Amino acid sequence: MAMPPNRLDELSRAFGPHLNLAPPGGWEANPEPDKLVKTHCCFCGQQCGIQLKVKDNQVIGFEPWEDFPFNQGKLCPKGVKRYLQGNHPDRLKHALMRTEQGFAEVEPEPALDRVVDEIQSIQGRYGKDAFAVLSGVSLTNEKSYLAGKFARLGLQTKNLDYNGRLCMVSAGAGNKKAFGIDRAANSWADIEGAEVIWVTGANVAECAPITTDYIWRARDRGAKLIVCDPRITPLARTADLMLPLKPGSDCALTNGILHLLHKWDLIDWEFVNQHTSGFEETLEAVKDCTPEWTSNLTGLPIAAIEQAARMWGEAKTSFLLHARGIEHQSKGVENVSSCINMVLATGRIGKPNCGYATITGQGNGQGGREHGHKCDQLPGNRDIENPEHRKYICEVWGCTDEELPRKGLTAQEIMNAIHAGEIKGLLCLCFNPLVSLPDTEFTREALSKLEFFVVLDFFLSETAQHADVVLPAALHEEDDGTSTSTEGRVIRIRKAVDPPGDARPDWEILVDIASRLGRGKYFDHFTSPEAIFNELRVASKGGTADYFGITYAKIEQNMGVFWPCPDLDHPGTPRLFEDKVFFTPDKKAHFVPTVWRPPMEVVDAEYPVWLTTGRTVFHYLSGTQTRRIGFLVEQCPHPYLEIHPRLAELHGIAEGDAVEITSRRGALVLPAKVVRTIRPDTVFIPYHWPGALSANRLTARHLDPVSKIPEYKVSAVRIQKTTPDRFSPELAELQRMAFEARTNQPVLPEQVY
Amino acid sequence: MVGDDFGFYIDPQRCIGCRACVGACAECGTHKGRPMIHLDEIDRLVSTQTTPTVCMHCEDPICAQVCPSDAIKRSEDGVVHSSQKPRCIGCQNCELSCPFGVPIVFSGLEQMMKCDLCYDRTSEGHKPMCATVCPSQALLFVPKHQISAMRQNQPLNEFTIGTLKVRTRTALMVPDPGLPLHLDAALLMVGGGF
Repeated sequence: MAMPPNRLDELSRAFGPHLNLAPPGGWEANPEPDKLVKTHCCFCGQQCGIQLKVKDNQVIGFEPWEDFPFNQGKLCPKGVKRYLQGNHPDRLKHALMRTEQGFAEVEPEPALDRVVDEIQSIQGRYGKDAFAVLSGVSLTNEKSYLAGKFARLGLQTKNLDYNGRLCMVSAGAGNKKAFGIDRAANSWADIEGAEVIWVTGANVAECAPITTDYIWRARDRGAKLIVCDPRITPLARTADLMLPLKPGSDCALTNGILHLLHKWDLIDWEFVNQHTSGFEETLEAVKDCTPEWTSNLTGLPIAAIEQAARMWGEAKTSFLLHARGIEHQSKGVENVSSCINMVLATGRIGKPNCGYATITGQGNGQGGREHGHKCDQLPGNRDIENPEHRKYICEVWGCTDEELPRKGLTAQEIMNAIHAGEIKGLLCLCFNPLVSLPDTEFTREALSKLEFFVVLDFFLSETAQHADVVLPAALHEEDDGTSTSTEGRVIRIRKAVDPPGDARPDWEILVDIASRLGRGKYFDHFTSPEAIFNELRVASKGGTADYFGITYAKIEQNMGVFWPCPDLDHPGTPRLFEDKVFFTPDKKAHFVPTVWRPPMEVVDAEYPVWLTTGRTVFHYLSGTQTRRIGFLVEQCPHPYLEIHPRLAELHGIAEGDAVEITSRRGALVLPAKVVRTIRPDTVFIPYHWPGALSANRLTARHLDPVSKIPEYKVSAVRIQKTTPDRFSPELAELQRMAFEARTNQPVLPEQVY
Repeated sequence: MVGDDFGFYIDPQRCIGCRACVGACAECGTHKGRPMIHLDEIDRLVSTQTTPTVCMHCEDPICAQVCPSDAIKRSEDGVVHSSQKPRCIGCQNCELSCPFGVPIVFSGLEQMMKCDLCYDRTSEGHKPMCATVCPSQALLFVPKHQISAMRQNQPLNEFTIGTLKVRTRTALMVPDPGLPLHLDAALLMVGGGF
């Protein structure tokens, strides 16, 4: 039984979210820092360099790190205010245990004893795989690697997966099919020299803000920008070509482009013939994808489709960027493949100013998906079902093949199995599935069925409210390690301060649990993050994601090292495929035919409006961190419904009106934000909030059959104007918090709203 | 002294509305939690267009002209500073008269404060904080001779406001006429989107 032990208002009084409005000691204190610590922002895959100001073991502010090559001092608002997640009133400093009266603070030892007893009890009764691990890729490479090893050899369960399953797995699968390797093909430097930049399903300005400047630098040199998105995002406002396609029609568009490239003979035949395979089958798959067909499916004018094909086809250099917009679909992998097909057909990869990349979303979304953090993967991006790969990792880990579990369930499948009563216990770190998984009420039901649930976190997330035991973990700035940016650059995360109270880095907690489970021989040598990294280096050696030649010292000397880096003398690999040799068995790049099919859910008479979800620039993922930072809450306190005035008018909806949005899963009431920048047949909700305000109350558990990513970006809903009394108390509380952030006054005067 | 050869350029066309400039400005030790930058959403119904306003640093600043206590000074390097605390009477003449809407008289402080081009940073060879962090470089601080090579649009630093002619140290980048402006998704779709 894992329902929250208290009423929600009692929980939020004790654990927040409260706002951190000012640095330690208040604005007037303004002390001189003891030191500046060069590290990186924790709030997205770009991993911008930043210097944290530290005084008396507290982070008191930041200073731009202008020498770091990727961002050269630039930061988005999350980076600017990231330091306020420390010294936070909501911070968990002691272990919590559920009691009849609510969460009680307990000493670390009894909390760990309880966790180990429960794991042993559940595994004794139901088998090893009945205890699962859900992890996340805001963790460093070291912790991600350890989470994989901990689940397999510590808990001896096959059921480990991670929140990258909600993020980069479609891109990863598409990249592995085409290139045999899962990494951006280029460093971002190649964006600047490209003649055409194709951005699809990526709200660059809000989700990867620093990339905006790379694109503008290219435009300063004459580059043309094409943006495909159901919404005119801030970057799209001035794009040379804006294609507001229908949600879920992405690969209809890219198939249509490939059709025209072939029809107009804008194909690099030399590259295609010498370095690729599968082109004939792929052409066959798009032979009927005429501009008329494409226009019918996407809702785009034929002239715009032809112009896009012309611009892309005739360019000498180009860079294609995509992100969750095309990947968060039940055909996410096919959408990725169809983008790669466009790149391969023009041969514009593996040379200067010619590139292709997914924009990784989470902090360590790249590194965290490479070293055995996934249910089907072993370190070095090896395959857990490949006998040779298993043999190598068994040698590195000193275990037998029988000891190493096989492939387990993916993240949503783990939640489904919990709901079905097949998985009884769960250890969750760096993951807030109650906000981030689709179909919120299903997730809540599932969590309530767990016999035992332990969470490692630094704040009491909405998911952690359901835990039996919560172990306080360390923030990003409280531990050393490495992460890997969206470019594939391995960088150093530096410890700035010690964790408060009994809080400890996740790796120390996992090592302790493993030791208590009698599995210490695999873990006791991990006495520092660097010790874990050095084993990761060996474990990744010979895999596609080869880190063997990367050391902490080398990263520091070079401002990061791009993997693959197979030996200590190797300089790293900013641009892949320069020799036109790919990482596939036949060393060729593979075209993958993509036959268009509709999304799992389509609009109909009952649910006639498309819903798509996404981020805002002011928040990160499920908001556990950013919903606690005053400035960010002030800018964007609560979710809203973006709706075009034509659709709004049909329903009599005006700006600010209460609108009930209903899908087959659930409903919520949000204020309308009437904007002309979205397709009239589509509405948008940002997803960073929990409970009554969670966009994922509406989304479905439809998964891509290969990547198992949920289809967050395409749902069918109906909308209805309602009365303001239907707004949830949570919305009123967030409006109060926005007022507090703006005025430093906690009580909202009546007349303000 | 701020190097005379450095110019500050504001390009609203690039602004993504992220308010990193506002948040970073508020971190400054001299005005402690109070941002000096205004970031305006123009009309969200119509567009995602936002625009940052930092001080334009007029050659003959109107705020200083109308100040009854002579509290507002422009240094030789062309930087117009916050009011001098001992002189400022908090009358708000500057706030009301500035054609760009820059100065703020903070209640409690009873003093006008405004963007001083991060004098503490720029006088030591750094960029102003907002231009350092701005993700899209809509706020740009570079040597003046580089601007024409860096950007396709042109800087403008002479404004006629009513009958008043104003020349400023900071320049606005004129929108690039070569770029389209997409405002209404319905107009880019077959049949207006339904």
